[in-house]
Amino acid sequence: MKKVFKFPIIIATLLSVIAGNAIAETKIGMITTLSGGGAGLGVDVRDGFMLAINQSGRSDIKVIIEDDQRKPDVAVKLADKMVQSEKVDILTGIIWSNLAMAVVPSVTAQGKFYLSPNAGPSALAGKGCHENYFNVAWQNDNLYEAAGAYANSVGVGNSFVLAPNYPAGKDAIVGYKRTFKGDIAGELYTKLGQTDYAAEIAQIRASGAENVFFFLPGGMGISFLKQYAASGVDIPLTGPAFSFDQGILQAVGAAALGVVNTSQWNKDLDNAANKAFVKSFQDAYGRLPSLYASQGFDTANLVISALEKADVKNAGAFRDALRAADFESTRGDFSFASNQHPIQSIYARQVIQEGDVFTNKVLSMVLENHSNAYVDDCKM
Amino acid sequence: MIKERHLNIFVLGLLIFVPIFAYWNDQPFTITLMTRAVIFAIAAVGLNLALGIGGFISFGHAAFFGLGGYVMGILAWHSQNYVTLVEWPILIEGTKSMPIIWIITIAASALLAAIIGMISLKTTGVYFIMITLAFAQMMYYFSTSWSAYGGEDGLSIYVRNNFPGLNTLDPIQFFSICCVILLIVLFFMGRLIKSPFGLALNASRQSRQRIEAVGFDFHKLQLTAFILSGAITGLSGALFADLNRFVSPSMFSWQLSGEFIVFIIIGGVGRLFGPVIGALIFVWLEHLIGGISDYWHIFLGFILLAIVLFGKGGITGLLCQKDAQHE
Amino acid sequence: MSFVLIAEQILNGLQFGIMLFLMSAGLTLIFGVMGLINLAHGSLYMIGAFVAAAVASATGSFILALVAALSAAALAGAIVEITIIRKLYNRNHLDQVLATFALILIFSEGTRWVFGSFPLYLDAPSYLQGAVTLPGGIQYPLYRITLIFFGLIIGLGLGLLITKTRLGVQIRAGENDREMVSALGVNISKLYTFIFALGAALAGLAGALVGAIQSVEVGMGEPVLILAFVVIVIGGIGSVKGALIGSILVGLTDTLGGIFLPKFFSFFMDLATATNVGSSIASMSIYILMSIVLVWRPTGLFGQKV
Repeated sequence: MKKVFKFPIIIATLLSVIAGNAIAETKIGMITTLSGGGAGLGVDVRDGFMLAINQSGRSDIKVIIEDDQRKPDVAVKLADKMVQSEKVDILTGIIWSNLAMAVVPSVTAQGKFYLSPNAGPSALAGKGCHENYFNVAWQNDNLYEAAGAYANSVGVGNSFVLAPNYPAGKDAIVGYKRTFKGDIAGELYTKLGQTDYAAEIAQIRASGAENVFFFLPGGMGISFLKQYAASGVDIPLTGPAFSFDQGILQAVGAAALGVVNTSQWNKDLDNAANKAFVKSFQDAYGRLPSLYASQGFDTANLVISALEKADVKNAGAFRDALRAADFESTRGDFSFASNQHPIQSIYARQVIQEGDVFTNKVLSMVLENHSNAYVDDCKM
Repeated sequence: MIKERHLNIFVLGLLIFVPIFAYWNDQPFTITLMTRAVIFAIAAVGLNLALGIGGFISFGHAAFFGLGGYVMGILAWHSQNYVTLVEWPILIEGTKSMPIIWIITIAASALLAAIIGMISLKTTGVYFIMITLAFAQMMYYFSTSWSAYGGEDGLSIYVRNNFPGLNTLDPIQFFSICCVILLIVLFFMGRLIKSPFGLALNASRQSRQRIEAVGFDFHKLQLTAFILSGAITGLSGALFADLNRFVSPSMFSWQLSGEFIVFIIIGGVGRLFGPVIGALIFVWLEHLIGGISDYWHIFLGFILLAIVLFGKGGITGLLCQKDAQHE
Repeated sequence: MSFVLIAEQILNGLQFGIMLFLMSAGLTLIFGVMGLINLAHGSLYMIGAFVAAAVASATGSFILALVAALSAAALAGAIVEITIIRKLYNRNHLDQVLATFALILIFSEGTRWVFGSFPLYLDAPSYLQGAVTLPGGIQYPLYRITLIFFGLIIGLGLGLLITKTRLGVQIRAGENDREMVSALGVNISKLYTFIFALGAALAGLAGALVGAIQSVEVGMGEPVLILAFVVIVIGGIGSVKGALIGSILVGLTDTLGGIFLPKFFSFFMDLATATNVGSSIASMSIYILMSIVLVWRPTGLFGQKV
């Protein structure tokens, strides 16, 4: 199945390569995770991105895709390759914060544009911001802040918080506490890559909290949700969308039903761009799009919109065109804050079952036109 | 069949002429890849002293590699952010000078190797393999959760460190620094192998009694080799972090320890140039087949498998067909 | 900290340890009898989980899924043994490490090629869902209790196989003196294939059982592989009894360390620092345990003296 659906893209890419050589072209380097355990996210970002490029019909955009294997040093090597050998104008694609921290500062310092389709570490939003760095997804804290705000809105008095013991995990807890007004009933940091949460669940059971906020991306979240459902503990869960996106929900199954999670995007958001995106993604790849696919799609459309207005070789004009964010986002209203991170609305959504498929539906808007906490730290 | 010496000269030629050729043709990325290979080669040459000559297989050399990276990262971070490193009892500032960083790296790695070696060398065989792995894993988990220096995110330094008289951000100049260090290390290693110490170490792999009969202290011999080995690998870690302008816990990962071993086996265990050949082949293989398909690891796996099954003694063994021990 | 919580954590450690035992029993036998370092053992665990997930979603039966996982892993193990591993017995550890490292690459990406890049769904059957109340008021998931019993039964079966049967005699003899066994007319290559397939089957079974409460994804085998190596080194290579005791030690240390170390540090530092320092040390705890054991007994708890 997969192979069949990829084929048109390969052809389209090849065609754009052949056609592109004739005229002045824009080269985009995509470094993303396409092998190993985290490959699902990278595949979605790439597929979303390429869908938008193909739909634009622009043959002068050449995308070079490389696999970073989720290793920081490989990502750095590929970034060097993109800059030194391929001589790309724009870089994009990195999924993980730690890889972004390794690549982004050096490529933007070399005068290249970097558009992040997923990671948004606080270091790059505040003091480390750069005029050539745009984040099209979110600042890392955004979804956690929304989770805190949601907990307030449903009147939660005390929360148990849980995250892996690494910087993104700590950011998650900080972000949640920034908006959450109640008490913290317990706070736990788990080992990165941990697969068994029985011990933590036992502590949650004993804590008497009114809800549990957790941030456990990828396989960690799947393990936690399954074990939580089996434990018989009935304290409601909330978390960011990462543990509930389309790619992994099927692996969690009924264990995730009913959980409220926060996201800036969902497939049922009511705007024309999103409806068209969901339909065309399904037609092209035979599966429902995920959060990551929407981010890849938006990133590509932002680039295309800026290229309509300015040549990428004219950095100043191109930068202004990016800042204008003059494209139809799948999330509805979208603009950039002064540190070039999104101002966007964030929603609470709930996991439901549609036939055989587990997916999300939007419950309510939690934060309207939300910016981020690091805007003032950024001096450009 | 060719002579091993001729092969070595050929490899040296490649190391020097490929980057010069790339420089003329304006292909800076080729130089960057060669730099990467050279740095991995230094790490593997260091490991080869313990593994190839001494015969104790360390599956935890990433501990030194990562330590070297962090020494460089921490010193440079303090220097670029103007935060003093230690205020008491004496004031120590960070630094961005490569030679100073290297000296501190060598000292720190040697110290770590002395501690790990003293404990680990009590065991042998597979137990030694696993206890060295355990130490590297401890370093890995410690660095992931040590938030003062970035934890899992690692540390970025925005500009490479300084070397007097050179512009280190220029690929060819940074390559030259690394390449000269590799040559110095190889020269040192060549002399060491032929010295009484090296000969004794080589003999100790086969028979402990024989070594002790001629008056060597077996444990001291092994420990010294392990410390030297760790210090060299540590130095390469500092260079690697400088190449990437970035250090993270992944430099402590067990996969990396495994890759060092892979370099040595591909090139030829116990051969002076084995690790260099192995690192060059591995880095280029990874680069060339990386673009073929999403599933390129499968091809890499089959190539490695073929090398083990059909190429006894690695590439050097295949081409020269003469046991390393009888050189 | 209440008695119930502590008892529950001990059960958790025990359950984790028993699952590690299924992995390490095969690893230690393969090492003990054939002298082979098999890094690809984690891949067999992954194959078990993936096959179980695929069969469970096709048939809806968890028992069938387990049987399929066990058979698929055993089959994969036998094929690999006959085509590749067999050529490695007379090689040194280095060649074995490289070859089985290559096998990991092939298995991992091969699995992703067949099953796709996304994690698969596998859940415990409905009759094993939910929690039971144990004496003392401990609420504990039924599935995990089943795992503990199931693992113990397999351990017992393995023990009987090795001590009471003719095959067991051959296995034990093989650990002591390979040449002698073949001189006595035992078909040594068949014996080796059998042992390798047995180890693979146990790993596949563990993968399927654990897959029901964890994430079934590519790369799930490697962390467990490292832990299993820690276990067999602590227990002493080649000793099934050592593997059992080592597994439970590692399981308990890992689980209890994660809980008690942060609490312990909170006695003399503030909560946030204590949580941080405690979790950092807890994540290193099993490696610290292993080095202590090896310093004390350089060939593990039940290993043969060199």
